[in-house]
Amino acid sequence: MAVKRYNVRMAGIGGQGVVTASHIISNGVVISGGYSSLVPFFGSEKRNAPVESYVRISNHTIYEIGEIIYPNVIMIFHPSVITLGKSYTMPFYTGLKKRGIILINNRTPIKLSRDEERELEEKEARVYYIPATDMANDVAKTDLATNMAMCGAISGLFGLPDLKSLGESVKDRFLGKGIVTSGGTAALDSAIEKKFAKKQKLMEANMMTLEAAYNYVRDKGWADEDATATATKTAAV
Amino acid sequence: MSNLTAQAEGKPKDWVPKGDLQKVVTPEQMFFELPREKLFITGSEAAREAIRRANVDVAISYPITPQSETMQQAGYLYDDGYIKEYYRGEEEIGVMSAMSGASRAGVRCLTATAGPGLMRGLEAISSWPGARVPLVLLDMCRVINTPLAIQPDNIEMSFLLNTGLLVLHAENQQDFYDYPLAAFMVSEEVDVTLPAVVSTDGFFVTHARGPVEIPSEEYKLPPRDGWRSAVPAMDNENPPARLSRDAPIQKSNFISYHMHASWQQEVFAAVERSAKYFRKYLNGLVEVINPGAEDFIIASGSAVSQAREAVRQEGENGRTVGLVKVKCLRPFPKAEIIEAVKDAKRILIPEFNQAGWMQKEVCSVLYGRSKAIISDGPRVFGGMTMPTEMILEWLEEARKRTP
Repeated sequence: MAVKRYNVRMAGIGGQGVVTASHIISNGVVISGGYSSLVPFFGSEKRNAPVESYVRISNHTIYEIGEIIYPNVIMIFHPSVITLGKSYTMPFYTGLKKRGIILINNRTPIKLSRDEERELEEKEARVYYIPATDMANDVAKTDLATNMAMCGAISGLFGLPDLKSLGESVKDRFLGKGIVTSGGTAALDSAIEKKFAKKQKLMEANMMTLEAAYNYVRDKGWADEDATATATKTAAV
Repeated sequence: MSNLTAQAEGKPKDWVPKGDLQKVVTPEQMFFELPREKLFITGSEAAREAIRRANVDVAISYPITPQSETMQQAGYLYDDGYIKEYYRGEEEIGVMSAMSGASRAGVRCLTATAGPGLMRGLEAISSWPGARVPLVLLDMCRVINTPLAIQPDNIEMSFLLNTGLLVLHAENQQDFYDYPLAAFMVSEEVDVTLPAVVSTDGFFVTHARGPVEIPSEEYKLPPRDGWRSAVPAMDNENPPARLSRDAPIQKSNFISYHMHASWQQEVFAAVERSAKYFRKYLNGLVEVINPGAEDFIIASGSAVSQAREAVRQEGENGRTVGLVKVKCLRPFPKAEIIEAVKDAKRILIPEFNQAGWMQKEVCSVLYGRSKAIISDGPRVFGGMTMPTEMILEWLEEARKRTP
């Protein structure tokens, strides 16, 4: 069996749930029977500060640990990661493998410098823009569900984790045994729970956001089987 | 906690500590025989599950990133009654000194710290082995040198290697569950009676998720028997060897030098005696992949994980690379390493620190016993991960230099 491997680097800003998203995706992959590991980058945990988290996804045992220096997938949760340089990795595509995928949460393409455009072209990067925050506002009625939209998009792109397992993982996070992400997340949990009288309602809103983003990616035709092959090749270089 | 404390903290009158409901099993049953369930949890949670099953009497700690999360989890265990006493010390010298006292009282003790906290507590820590206090310290490594960072870097471990402590290095979440339990059992063996440290690379293991197989929480290890020890628990008011009472004995005549020398020789002999127990409980002090290979990687901790991926990718390209995972640093598995790399021509030693302590250890063991060229690296430090690509480049370089 050919080894499939996605090395995903996620960047966003504090409070968006980037680390939570990485836990949910990773847990979803494991639920679906795949292999995954994740590690957040540890700076200060505070609102609006840069956040990075890394998820490895595979159909084979994963040995490596630590941050991903050469990703083949990059997720940008907030445009200011690029426009204001709110990032631990500058420029945001540093280390991207050839023909890698960049998924950016923004309505419209972000204007990049000429050097950045050229380097992305040289890497044959596939850059996709998804209005994840808009989706969260429309579907879940809160921008706090932005991370759900980003999770749904990953499922749409790679089919790993599949949407059902991803949903199970979200359930684990909010209803199940609870996933330990960090002490600070507990405070955020109580804030978000106040917005939703019942956890069940929160779950439904999350699920709908996952699906909306999943469908968006599928409708755009970004789900690329070729991506799998590329990931395999680059991981083995 | 005592029943009075429990009630003062709002527990019902008939509250029973959950630890009291656990069934004691032998270490062999706990480590090898009980069926295990596979979980996908962080290293901090894995440590929590180890502590839950370790029959810990006293836990003492002071928060420091990245250790805090584990000891926060230990707080829940205390609340549920899996740990009998738990408190936050004033800082690390206080914590490590209190640990020494707690272990002297004959109970099972646990603490945890990280990087700068370890450095702060080191004065007390390096007095533990000579005091012959069995206990376990979990050490979640982080940067200690300047510029300071909270990221993982394991240079602090080099300070532990020459103290007489038992030192294990956990590679991943599974090890961070298994090793503390083994450490408790070995530390309390009569012919060992020494403190043990289980180090792991902070964040990469503690805050990352990985697969961990563990037996049911219904079971726990046997309690510590305070009277089973190489020497009686030292009463500092009446020290058995008048070590700490009579100033002239300590410094100013040859009796004290002899006493110190024989005392320390016995400590390090006890470290060596622990090897037979670690071999049993850890399934060997080393793990060897691809024995007989000409290219070998020797590593411990997170570096092993990166090396495994390098070995896999080299295998896909038809090149066999060997790997020695060193599980146990004290006692150091000299014979195992000499045997494992006897046919090696080139040896790489990837490390997550600037000092290269593993490289120095290996060189001192292999000097005159191996013809292999030992590379001085690769190394990353300051908290960076070592990309597999880096190990592959170093391998290629080594092959060019010694065809």
